[in-house]
This record gives sequence, structure tokens and C-alpha cells, in this order.
Amino acid sequence: MNTVIDAHNVSKVYNKETIPVYAVNNVHLHIERGEFTALVGPSGSGKTTLLNLIGGLDKPDNGSVFINELDITKLSTNELIDFRLKNIGFVFQSFNLIPVLTAKENVEFIMLLQHIKKSVRDARVQQLFRQIEMSDKMDARPAQLSGGQQQRVAVARALASRPKFVLADEPTANLDSKSAFNLLDIMAKLNKEEHITFLFSTHDQRVIERARRVITLVDGRIVSDTAAVSTRHEKADV
Amino acid sequence: MWLIKMAWKNMWRNRSRTTITMAAIFFAVILSVIASSLKEGIFGNLVKNVVSFYTGYIQVHKKGFWDEQTLDNSFKSSPETEQLILDNKNVVMVASRLESFALASSVNITKGCLVAGIDPRKENMITSLEKKVIRGSYLKDTDYAVLLSQGLAERLKLTANDTVILIGQGYRGATAAGKYLVKGIVKFGSPDLNNRTLFMPLATAQNFYSADGMITSYVLSLNKTSHLQDIRSLLDGALGQAFEVMTWEEMIPEVKQHIQTDSSNMKYVQGILYLLICFGIFGTLLMMMVERRFEMGMLVSIGMKKSMLIVLLLYESVFTVFVGCLLGIIASIPLVYYLNRHPIRIGGETAKAYERFGFEAIFPASTEVWIFAYQGMVVLVIGLLLSLYPVYKVIRLDPVTAMKR
Ligand SMILES: Nc1ncnc2c1ncn2[C@@H]1O[C@H](COP(=O)(O)OP(=O)(O)OP(=O)(O)O)[C@@H](O)[C@H]1O
Ligand SMILES: [Mg+2]
Repeated sequence: MNTVIDAHNVSKVYNKETIPVYAVNNVHLHIERGEFTALVGPSGSGKTTLLNLIGGLDKPDNGSVFINELDITKLSTNELIDFRLKNIGFVFQSFNLIPVLTAKENVEFIMLLQHIKKSVRDARVQQLFRQIEMSDKMDARPAQLSGGQQQRVAVARALASRPKFVLADEPTANLDSKSAFNLLDIMAKLNKEEHITFLFSTHDQRVIERARRVITLVDGRIVSDTAAVSTRHEKADV
Repeated sequence: MWLIKMAWKNMWRNRSRTTITMAAIFFAVILSVIASSLKEGIFGNLVKNVVSFYTGYIQVHKKGFWDEQTLDNSFKSSPETEQLILDNKNVVMVASRLESFALASSVNITKGCLVAGIDPRKENMITSLEKKVIRGSYLKDTDYAVLLSQGLAERLKLTANDTVILIGQGYRGATAAGKYLVKGIVKFGSPDLNNRTLFMPLATAQNFYSADGMITSYVLSLNKTSHLQDIRSLLDGALGQAFEVMTWEEMIPEVKQHIQTDSSNMKYVQGILYLLICFGIFGTLLMMMVERRFEMGMLVSIGMKKSMLIVLLLYESVFTVFVGCLLGIIASIPLVYYLNRHPIRIGGETAKAYERFGFEAIFPASTEVWIFAYQGMVVLVIGLLLSLYPVYKVIRLDPVTAMKR
């Protein structure tokens, strides 16, 4: 019932004709609503590839990806675009924002794509900027914001359409540690207060420590998953 | 609406690039408008010169006259027919002519010549014949006298106030003979006309040929000379089967030919110009697509439909091309008007050569509206066609590859 992401047997192979690279190799992944999960692993271990498969940006060579019980690998490219718009929030490593729009317009953009009416948009924008603690920077252009601030706006945009979950591929990779923690704090707060599901990849040990569940990938395979540990940890927290 | 606003903002994200693109389009439009209107103006001027030698823009004959130019193909001049022609609001005036051949003799020289019986006043308004008089004076309606073209006069060794004897065949086989005062000498640029033409008042010619009330052609003076074919069709319809209506293009096909050859040369020049515009616009589009590849991948990733992205990009390129075009057209209007009022004049040998043929050596620009509209449209269409490149790129865009760094 509360399962948001359910990946079965997922594989992605590059260079099938020459020397095959198993970027993602037979992965099973199950994520419940409200989780705060980090995907870690060395460079080239398949984190980005896996996130792209879950986000419907890429199609697996094998296996299926269920989002809220819908197999998205069966959707056409165009259906996927619409599916992403309505169901998934994306935060990328950098250059998330449209440079010609203000921070506020960038967040509003997602809602414009969904034809949400102005009063609702305005209220949502106000609320989101309060949550990312940037109400005073709504009219700034991306170029006038720090890297950390830009990433916070990207998180706000990802949330604007009330997605089922947020995928973030190395959201802190380009940030200094203070901004990185700040971004993580905000994500953690949103997770706690609004039960927003986050799945993010990272290299950063200190960021990993903030995650409640850590999945480790090596050579496209899941080699460890702290699901059990993090559940205990969470209970202890409360 | 927000998409249009976003397109507008995108246009100015790289101010200098957009400005350069617009400037390229702007100058391209100006150049092609000027080239085009000079071309039209020069050809218009050429035609005006040529038709004012003798033919006029349109003539009406009895059917078959042009192929067999004899008095047997003449017709009775009638006010009703003239009125039918004048009913066309583009026709300002109708001048009658009776044209045939005769032998012209001085004391001991005889030459064949073309005899044109004309209405001196009206003829002058159409072909400015009076201006061409270089010796003696112009004809009056009632004169029993002739004007000799300069070449003919030289061959006959005659000058003003001498007498010329004409012998020919009159209407329906009658003999035509007469002795006339040479009232003046006219000089034509065209060697053909200059060597063999003789003018006399219409009544005198009718008398000479025993062709009372008969004429061979109506020469029309027109208000506007741009829609000749339409005028011609209207007249054809009004006059019916008995008459043939001919435009200068049919009467002097060599000139038409010449204009067509020159036009197609001009088309190459314009083709090169358009090609340059193409490269200019395409270069910017190419750069833009490379620069914004990641961003477009990101937009599609977060859920922007490709169709919407295409519309956004189309707005941008259409705006750019449109604004460039519009400014180009606006700026070219005063330039073309200036070149129309102050035509380019050439001097030296070329000018002399032109003048020898009776042309004024000036190159005015045509100010016809369609030239501006047409050139603007061509550049616009080029811009729109090139905008298909970003469309193609977006259709093929894969967000994952686009966002790979
Ligand atoms: N388009 C591609 N063509 C061929 N191989 C690819 C392609 N994309 C990824 N790979 C390969 O797949 C593997 C996984 O790549 P992926 O980008 O998912 O790793 P990652 O864990 O995100 O690495 P990083 O931490 O450096 O971002 C790598 O070996 C990579 O070389
Ligand atoms: Mg990666």
C-alpha cells in the first residue's frame, strides 16, 4: 500500500555489442513512503543509471520498475514525460534552474506545466520558499544565488507539484560542506514534517551519515542495504 | 502566455547574439529590398523608355493585323469603340494611327518607309514625339505636311522645308501618291525607327491612302502600367472577337526577353544574399542548441512536453526573424523612396551610350509595396524553415544523454 518504488530484477547494459558494461545489474529495490534513503557507491558503480531508471528517464534492458503499482517501463516516451511531471520531483547535481527565470518563476514553472491556477500557485510558492528558508530571495535570478541556494530552490521546484517522491542525483556534490549540510537539513525537515520520500545519491561521507537508510552499489549490484538498521535507528530517535 | 514571456526572456539571455542575428536579418532585408526595387525600377524605366519610342504599353488592332500589317486589315475608326476602351478606368487616352508603307523620294533618291498617320496632339502625349523634333517644327492636325525621321532624311538628303514625294498602294488597291512639305526632322534612339519612319497627320494619311475614316491601331495611354495583363483581358472581353489587344510584351518580345535574362542574373545575386542569411541564422541556431542542450534535457526530465519546448523555441526564432525583418522593411522604406526621388545617375561613356539609344541614364528605385512585402516574406520564410532545425533536435533529444557532462 505504502510502497512508492518497487524495482524488480532491473538491469541496464551498455556496449552490448562490444564489451558489455553492466551499469545496473539485477537490482531489487523497494522504497516505502516517507523514506529518506541515500544511494552510495564508488564512481561508476551505477548510481546515476539506477536513479534514471527509477525516474523513468531511461529504460532498463531487463526487469520492471513499479511506481505506485504502475509499471513505468511499459510507458511510451511521451507518457513518461507526463508521468514524471505529475509523480516525480527531480534535483540534479547542478544547473537545475532556468537562468532567465527568477527563483519564484522557476518553482512556478512546474505548476504552469500542470495548468494549476494562479491562486493555488502563489500560495504554494509562498509556502515552499518559507520551507527552504528563502522567502527573501524569491525574485532573484539563479545567477544571483549561491550554489546552495540554487539547490534549495531546485528542491522547492521538485516539490511544487506534490510528487510521490523526489530523486536527487548528487545534490550536494558541487556544494561546500556548510551549504551541503544546510540542504540536507532542509530535505530532512521536509521528510520529517511532510513525509516526503527522498532518494538521493551521494559520495559524501557526512551526507551519508544523515541518511536513515543507506544502499550501497558496487559494479551495478546492491552490496549492502541498512534498511533494518535505519528502522531501528528511527525508532530510537522518536 | 507565460510561454511567450519565457521565449522573450530567452531571446535576450544572450543579448549580443540575438542582436547580431537580428542585425544580419535587418541588413539582409534592406539589401534585398533595395536590390529588388532597383531591379524593378530599372526595368520599369527601360520599358517606359522603349514603349514611349513608338508602341505604347497596349495597342488595339483589327484581328490579324499584327501578323499581316496591311491596310486590308484596317478598320473604321468609331467613337463607340473608343468609348468602350475608355470605359476601362485605367485607360486615360486613346490615340488613333493609320500605318502603312510607301516609297519616299527626293529628287533622285527613293527609299521605302513606314508611314504613320497620327493624331499629333495625342501622339505627343503618349510618345513625346514633339520632343524628338531636332529641326523644323511639330505637326498640326490640319497640316498637309510630314515629319521625317533623321536617318531617312539623311538618306534622302532632305531637311526641313524641303519637299518629299510619296508613292504607295492605297486602300483596296487604289494608287496613292502625293507631294508633301517636310515640316520637321525627328530623331529616334532606336536605329530601326530612325532610319525609316515618316509621320503625317491622320487625316492627311487617310487622304493619301484613300482610306477615309480608316485606322490600323489604337495606342493606349494608361494610368498604371503594373497590371497590364489584367487590363488586356478586360479590354479583350469588352471589345470582342473583331479586335486584337496586344501588350508591349507581345509587340516587342526582344525587350521582354532581355528583361527576363537580366532578371535571372539578378536572381543569382539575390540567391547568394539569401544563402548568407541562411548561414547567419543557422549559425546562431546551432550555437544556441549546443549551449542549451543540458537545459533542454533538464526541462524534458522534469516533465516539459517536447511539443511545448518546440513551441518555445519556435517563438524565439520567429520573434527574432520577425523583428529583424520588420525593422529591415521599415528602414528600407525611406532608403528606397530616396533612391526613387534621387535616382542613381551614371555618367561618362555608359551614359552616352544610353543616350544614343534615347534612354535617360538614370536608375530609379521602384517603390511598389509588393517588393517590400515579398522580400520581407522571403526572409521570414527562410527564418521559419531554419527554425525547423531546433524542432528536429528537440524531437530527437534524449534527456539522459543531453544532461551527461
Ligand atoms: N551512455 C553510456 N554508455 C556507455 N557506458 C555508460 C553510459 N552511461 C554510463 N555508462 C557506464 O555505466 C557505469 C555506471 O555509470 P553511472 O554514471 O551510473 O555511475 P555513477 O555511480 O553515477 O558514477 P559517478 O559517481 O561518477 O556519478 C559506468 O561504468 C559508466 O561508464
Ligand atoms: Mg553519477
